Amino acid sequence: MKVRIERRLTQPRWLTVAVPVGSLTAAFGLIAVVLLATGHNPAATYRDVFEAAFAANGALTQTLVNATPLLFTGLAAAAAFRMNLFNIGGEGQLYFGTIGSAAAGLLLAGQPGPIVIPAMIAGGMAAGAAWALVPAFLRAFFSTNEIITSLMLNYVAGLILTYLIFDSHSYWRDSESASAAVFPVGKALSDAASWPTIGSSVVVPLGFLIGIGVAIGIWVLYARTRFGFEVQVIGDSPRAARYAGMRTRRKILAVMALSGAIAGLGGASQIGDFRHTLDADPKGLRAYGYGYTGIVVAALARYNPFAVVLVAFLLGGLQNAGSTLQGPDFPSGLVGRCRG
Amino acid sequence: MSQATDPGPTAAIACKGITKRFPGVIANEDVDFDARAGEVHALLGENGAGKSTLSNIFTGLYQPDEGELWLAGRRAVFQSPREAIAAGVGMVHQHFRLVEPFTVAENIMLGDHRDIGRSFRIHPREIERRVAEIAERYGLAVDPKARIWQLSVGEQQRVEILKALFREARVLILDEPTAVLTPQEASSLFVTLRAMAAEGRTVIFISHKLHEVKAVADRVTVLRGGRSVATVEAADATPQSLASLMVGREIEVNRRRERGGEIGAAVLEVVGVSAGGDRGLEALRDVSLTVRAGEIVGVAGVAGNGQRELAEAVTGLRPLTRGSVRVGDRVLRGGDPREAIRAGVAHVPEDRLHTAVAPSLSIGSNVVLKSYRGTTVTHGPMLLLKRIHDTAAHLIRSYDVKAPGTTTPARQLSGGNLQKVVLGREFSGEPRVLIAASPTRGLDIGAIETVHRYLREAADRGVAILLISEDLDEVLALADRVAVMYEGQIVGEVDAGSASVEEIGLLMAGGRAA
Repeated sequence: MKVRIERRLTQPRWLTVAVPVGSLTAAFGLIAVVLLATGHNPAATYRDVFEAAFAANGALTQTLVNATPLLFTGLAAAAAFRMNLFNIGGEGQLYFGTIGSAAAGLLLAGQPGPIVIPAMIAGGMAAGAAWALVPAFLRAFFSTNEIITSLMLNYVAGLILTYLIFDSHSYWRDSESASAAVFPVGKALSDAASWPTIGSSVVVPLGFLIGIGVAIGIWVLYARTRFGFEVQVIGDSPRAARYAGMRTRRKILAVMALSGAIAGLGGASQIGDFRHTLDADPKGLRAYGYGYTGIVVAALARYNPFAVVLVAFLLGGLQNAGSTLQGPDFPSGLVGRCRG
Repeated sequence: MSQATDPGPTAAIACKGITKRFPGVIANEDVDFDARAGEVHALLGENGAGKSTLSNIFTGLYQPDEGELWLAGRRAVFQSPREAIAAGVGMVHQHFRLVEPFTVAENIMLGDHRDIGRSFRIHPREIERRVAEIAERYGLAVDPKARIWQLSVGEQQRVEILKALFREARVLILDEPTAVLTPQEASSLFVTLRAMAAEGRTVIFISHKLHEVKAVADRVTVLRGGRSVATVEAADATPQSLASLMVGREIEVNRRRERGGEIGAAVLEVVGVSAGGDRGLEALRDVSLTVRAGEIVGVAGVAGNGQRELAEAVTGLRPLTRGSVRVGDRVLRGGDPREAIRAGVAHVPEDRLHTAVAPSLSIGSNVVLKSYRGTTVTHGPMLLLKRIHDTAAHLIRSYDVKAPGTTTPARQLSGGNLQKVVLGREFSGEPRVLIAASPTRGLDIGAIETVHRYLREAADRGVAILLISEDLDEVLALADRVAVMYEGQIVGEVDAGSASVEEIGLLMAGGRAA
């Protein structure tokens, strides 16, 4: 008796939920084995994880802080995936978002918050979109594979960051303060450029709220508008789209720019919410790989923007728990294993 | 295993009670079949009737769930195609299994595991000599040293037949072999098949073309819905009686169209159009033709002679290198499908599943695939989902589409129902011109009848129709005039009412009209 594996004609609704839940359960089971093998009590560890991620004092806030950049990069990846465009460049577009929003923040240094903050958002989105348009243009007019180009441009973006702070006397670099003479850093933004937070017991960064707004916006855009209709058709069958008279090239440019703008917005949130200066340190922003994790977030969420919010939140919690658990009796390698 | 169930010593290949189930479908149910040595036996049936499944069981690709297979009076069980080949069952598939850069002799040697084919060294001379010998005996003219890509489709088919003969096939199964041939090539194939039968071999000829079955077969077994419904002597059958057996009800085959409307002014004018092909070579050369309102102009030709490119050039999918396309009083720049759609050009493309529709999207989305830019289903940038649903539901009702609902993905529809959706959508745009490329390919007789009716009705309403089809019967039944394409050019135009199949066949093969 041979077993043939065939594609299902339709994907039952329950399966779209059951598969991620099932894999998550399996992952927990597998990690339990690893924990047992290394002499930890799985049940207690899981309780600690939950405690550290969501229950402990201030834990929820820290989780949201971790989730915010993942929310943006996840949405950015999901927005492009909807049209079968693989934007792996969220990382570089996020860097450009920090450059653009820091520039806006520095330029408008004397202005009040309601002027500076929208300008930072716009600056971040514009810079991210511009960086994403490079692979988009190559894809639309020369059929260059956007996976390769957008990925390679991440390294270019990283080098540009280094250049701006370490290798030049750019507009972003602080060359006056005493500490900057010892180690090159970016100029600090004015207090008005710090984004406000909401809530007191649980502090919600403004960026996270904007991210939820973006998720809703993307959902409406893709499910309810002509633009979204075209994106769906092109994503499913480019030939059918061309047959129906759709302008495929323009859509590639638009969707990649949208994706880049969302990643850039993530960069703006990094500056406005958390860092308040352009961070080029290889051990700083660049060490986290938010752009790459965002691809994982989008894939886990099956490119559904609302699911991206949920997954980003859960992964943020896991990261947070990981750094709390890490200690003398819990090696960081094990933490990394559990997170993967 | 008693000899009592032996279907008879005369049967070269036979099966009893074959049932094959796939998840959700029964492809073959209790099929009885027997073909004698020295006969050409046609296997006739609509798409999905179970012809391919049955032949795959004969050639060892599938194992039947129930029933038994007999070969020359002995029970046979094939675990793999290789065992079937070793037992002398060969097959010529519809899509050839040939390695293009290799020579004819190399292809024939490939996968042969007997004597010289088995040795580490290859002996091209020896193979070439034997191939030439067989080719001569059966009138299969092919140069054994030629490379496959240099050969025409008809010649490639001969290579496939040679391959089977070289492996000493006693039973040869051909899956719709004439689909890619001109009428002349088809009749020379029939001569070959008869010669093989005269030698005592068995030829199983799979087809859904009734007149071919009449022309070449001794007996015909008709499959319908996975069951064998009848085996009849070809001499006693008529196309009408065979069609009724196939479909299970009375049906009219390819009756010549009677004109309902008047022919009006020229609507589509193609003047001196040239266009490149996919491989960079020129695929269309200086093509000119005119279609008037209410007229159906057929474009006949062997597949790959520029018909697809012509359809794409007129509908804006392929840029023109020279010439112009005029629709009504608008001259199209070419290369822009939206421009053609606006000018009133509807298009039923050859590739139904990936060009005519976005297969994973709903029927609803596919119904508004072109009209989403208009104001009926949108308000500003927003889609009106309710209106889309209503439009699709209306189309499903008026075109009698068998579908669970408007949200069903298009790819779940059968070919006939999908084509109804496409036709319904294209007609809803009130077109002036319709380009229909192989609109009935792969459909069953019932659906073909429906599609033909819609095309006739559209012509009667005054739509100018360009019907591109490789099925000559279809072209002759529907068209007023027939243009024949060969190597990217229109080599002749004949009146469909008075032209003979032979005359058109000659043009299709490249012979100029006298």
